[in-house]
Amino acid sequence: MPHRPRPAVRRAIIAVPFLAAILLAMRLDGGPSRAVADAAHPGFVLRDETAAAGIHFVHHRPTFDPKIAGIEPHVAALGASVSVADFDGDGRPDLYFTNSRFGEPNALYRNKGDGTFEEVAASAGLADLNRPGEGVSMGAVWGDFDNDGREDVLVYRYGYLALFRNVDGRHFEDVTAQAGLHRWVNSNGAIWLDYDHDGLLDLYVTAYFRSDIDLWHLTTTRIMHNSFEFATNGGKNLLFHNLGGGKFEDVTDKMGVGSTRWSLAAASADFNGDGWPDIYLANDYGPEELYLNDRGRRFVLTTAGLESESKSGMSVALGDAYNRGRLDAFVTNISERGYLFQNNNLRLNEMPEAGRFRNVAEGEIADAGWAWGSQFGDLNNDGANELFVANGFISADRQKSYWYAMSKIAGANGRFFEDAATWPPFGNASLSGYERSRVYLNRGVAGWVDVAKKVGVTDLYDGRAVALADLSNRGAVDVIVANQNQPAVLYRDYPDSTRHWIAFRLVGTRSNRSAIGAEVVLESGDLRQRRIVDGGSGFASQNDRRLHFGLGVREWVDRVVIYWPSGTRQILPRPPIDRFVTVTEPER
Amino acid sequence: MSDATHATAAERNALVRLWQRGSKIDPRYLIAFLITLVLAAAQLRYQMVGGYDRLVLALAVCTATEALLSWFDRGKIVNLLSAYISGISLTLLIKPQGGALWPFALGGFLAISSKYVLRYRDNHLWNPTNFAITALLLAAPDRVSVLSHQFGNDMATNLVIWIFGLVIAARVGVLHITLTYVASFLLLNTARAAALGQPVLPEIAPITGPMYQLFVFFMITDPRTVVRGRRRQIVVAVLIALMETLIRFASDKGWPLPTAFNAAPAFLALAIVGPIAKWLDLRRLRYK
Repeated sequence: MPHRPRPAVRRAIIAVPFLAAILLAMRLDGGPSRAVADAAHPGFVLRDETAAAGIHFVHHRPTFDPKIAGIEPHVAALGASVSVADFDGDGRPDLYFTNSRFGEPNALYRNKGDGTFEEVAASAGLADLNRPGEGVSMGAVWGDFDNDGREDVLVYRYGYLALFRNVDGRHFEDVTAQAGLHRWVNSNGAIWLDYDHDGLLDLYVTAYFRSDIDLWHLTTTRIMHNSFEFATNGGKNLLFHNLGGGKFEDVTDKMGVGSTRWSLAAASADFNGDGWPDIYLANDYGPEELYLNDRGRRFVLTTAGLESESKSGMSVALGDAYNRGRLDAFVTNISERGYLFQNNNLRLNEMPEAGRFRNVAEGEIADAGWAWGSQFGDLNNDGANELFVANGFISADRQKSYWYAMSKIAGANGRFFEDAATWPPFGNASLSGYERSRVYLNRGVAGWVDVAKKVGVTDLYDGRAVALADLSNRGAVDVIVANQNQPAVLYRDYPDSTRHWIAFRLVGTRSNRSAIGAEVVLESGDLRQRRIVDGGSGFASQNDRRLHFGLGVREWVDRVVIYWPSGTRQILPRPPIDRFVTVTEPER
Repeated sequence: MSDATHATAAERNALVRLWQRGSKIDPRYLIAFLITLVLAAAQLRYQMVGGYDRLVLALAVCTATEALLSWFDRGKIVNLLSAYISGISLTLLIKPQGGALWPFALGGFLAISSKYVLRYRDNHLWNPTNFAITALLLAAPDRVSVLSHQFGNDMATNLVIWIFGLVIAARVGVLHITLTYVASFLLLNTARAAALGQPVLPEIAPITGPMYQLFVFFMITDPRTVVRGRRRQIVVAVLIALMETLIRFASDKGWPLPTAFNAAPAFLALAIVGPIAKWLDLRRLRYK
């Protein structure tokens, strides 16, 4: 043994890296993930033009049975939704917002084409949907379920489902009972999909609270999640098969998709490339789930790498994150400084070759706060998707946080957790309130960087639903955010005008008329990107079903491949750019 | 005497022999077994670890640091079992932002090196895992949080861990510390709830979670950092619970504490009371 220094000296020597480690931890707390090197030139700005557009919608949260008054702010923290559809068939996307308090109307904003909207929900018959005995609206999803060329709408509620048939592009009739959909479901989400390729849109409805619970007439306070991480006592999700003739049949059990994991959001796409649409679920207080479609005969719950991280999935957005020609999934979760880092998931689709998704979220994109709705969209038309993420749960007294109280109950056994009476009273506390939205610029392998402040997104509302739509048909992806108990916001997108774009409006013939589920792969030089016609995605939202691709400086598109839900594969060589292209599905 | 009675007596004797044999095992092996059991249950049933990379990293840093520093400080490499226990504890308890791995590396280094730096009369003062987590929570609250999971709603898993934990705590001779702390926690927080006019259940609910299982079986009972003497150990356990109650009271009142105090009051209470008690204990022995 060589000569060793005295004990005090040895300790002093060890103390140097010891102190350095503490300083390094402090340094990393401010960390490299806050770097915004590329944020100086994001290539677009988003301007709040809500008032100028004539949108004055304010969401009102529900009130419930006094038995759960102590945590009513928590239970009543959902319901602000926005969905996009061209309900009057004039070629311009319209907006539908839901409200969630008895007596407060939903709002249908008709796009007038001059940059402004007019509110027509009452005359259309889609306003008065929040009534005692029927429930309150939580969201809506549009789809032409009868293939008559007009967009119909399903409104899901904490209460009865409500299906409205679009009669003439101006008026809607309630066909819920005739359709066989008069079911009480405490739902926060629904999607349209044609799971059996019969050309008719089927309906998948997610359930949050159990369906035997009437939140206005409670017989028990044991209504909450039975686990903070692995809750399984939620409502049962439902799959309705469209039989044609305006009728639906509950095939949930037959098809094996009745998850009771407190699903907050669903999205559908053909993830494994077998030609059949699968179902992806974001579950609150539990792991995500993927149901693979076995040729329309049944769904098979598969792990696919999703089971390894049990979190609080709030929304699921589908998009081609790195231009691999695949639809990846972005699932939002909860992060709160010092208390909880569940981290968002950016799951790369490796289903065709590896049978799994791989989570690659790290740095800024992993932590947006208490994140809700999110959507992929090429906001700067550079050929890569950005991500818009709405944030914030409950904004009340800025000086009072419920997180300390939450930490007490969250760490407890499920028997405590599921009883609303056991939860510490909320009072006027905030819970991850006053959080700003994030706008993540896609820098490819260099990662994602938040440019929200730089591009003009600075509001501190409690964001819930996010929908993207080119509201003025000008080649720009506008952002609409529905905020809980607060005003909705319209951010107009102004991308760099030197960049090119192309957008597609698909019309199904053998497939459902709305073309929901059709996937489009665009190829332009080194760019290869996939998009899907949206039957509902994100959280309580639905995007413009026309598919927008940014092209950057590319001046042509080599080809476009369309995968119709019917199984038809259609190739468009060299479509014209900087315009909307309408494509009708070939008959054979 | 019937056959059944003989069989019962034989079984009882076998249990006694097993119990006696257990008393000859180095306590650290029993503790290592228990924490491995917790890790296995947490991962296999609930995927609680969040990735094997963090487990490997924490274990590698803890054991390598222990080996290196013990060689440097004492001229020999010590038994690495306590480093193993620290590595697993850190893996279970640290929940970083964005899946970052550095908290496991820095946490592992801080845990083990604290034993060589923060010493008094040739004894370390802080439980290594407790020190590392407290330091990370205070130094990097934007990047590090602590375990908030529970073992599902599965009472069976909880019971297995509590039973094994209590048996091993008894075998290691620290059961009185665990029970004192649990009883003190229940009494003091019931009193706090009454004083504040709040429901009792939310205040005592945290102790049913896995974070507290790790706390009562691996931190406050750490044989190297508890004070000497059964009565003093009981007093210190009460003081830790009392300090935690005071921290919680301050949180209830909305006092402007660092987030770490609100998020992990038990860890902070031990980090404050434990070393002071140990220092006083060592000081008392010096003048005896």
